[in-house]
Amino acid sequence: MAPGKVAVIRSDLDIVIARTLARDTAKNMGFGAIDQARIATAVSELARNIFLYAGTGTVTVREAERAGRRGIEIVCEDQGPGIANIDVVMQDGYSTSRGMGMGLPGAKRLMDDFEIRSQEGVGTTIVCRKWRM
Amino acid sequence: MESLRIPILKIGDVLIASIQTTLHDSSAVQFKDDLLQRIFETRARGLIVDLTAVEVVDSFIARLISDIASMAGLMGTRVVITGLQPAVAITLVELGLELPQVLTALNLEKGLAALQRQVEESGDGAR
Repeated sequence: MAPGKVAVIRSDLDIVIARTLARDTAKNMGFGAIDQARIATAVSELARNIFLYAGTGTVTVREAERAGRRGIEIVCEDQGPGIANIDVVMQDGYSTSRGMGMGLPGAKRLMDDFEIRSQEGVGTTIVCRKWRM
Repeated sequence: MESLRIPILKIGDVLIASIQTTLHDSSAVQFKDDLLQRIFETRARGLIVDLTAVEVVDSFIARLISDIASMAGLMGTRVVITGLQPAVAITLVELGLELPQVLTALNLEKGLAALQRQVEESGDGAR
């Protein structure tokens, strides 16, 4: 698997850095303007979640391949408090912060694959991918 | 880091702010505060926020835009958002953020015309 590039999330500035990294990678891979915006927006939501709930974490952006299709893979990892009930946070409109409760379900809709693993007190890992048409 | 302030221009009784830089969360909040303060100082009857150069609007910025429209509305100022790129409109709807309370227009020119109509309909600008 490609090593990818990592953006460390420590402040709200890093959210912009992470989404710019994802957007540039998507652009270089030949994703169209609308998919670039979808990917950048999804990364913005996920990176903000790291900043708001865990404080720090990482966003890794890499190229992926499956069954001859190329895509972009985003891995968001933190050692924050974790999510007690994933089904609840994946509901539209659920929010514990200043967002609109569209962060996780919204990011899921913008991407093709979306996997979330979380353990309370240990942290959260989200892997999402978008495939080239 | 000192955030770059977004210029807020006044033409007649309308304020125009065109976002030409990438907004991070704290600069976006600063922008909202600056806008409301300028509305208060200038007693502007209308405000246009132009997003032509903005490539990503996530839920935080969408919330902020919605808040600006509501807060300016409370102060008696009409807000029009202009110049949303197609990719931004698509991602906003897919995110589930359709900004139903926010008046939008295709571009600055149409935004000004829309504001003019709004202000005329409401007489002296009172809500």
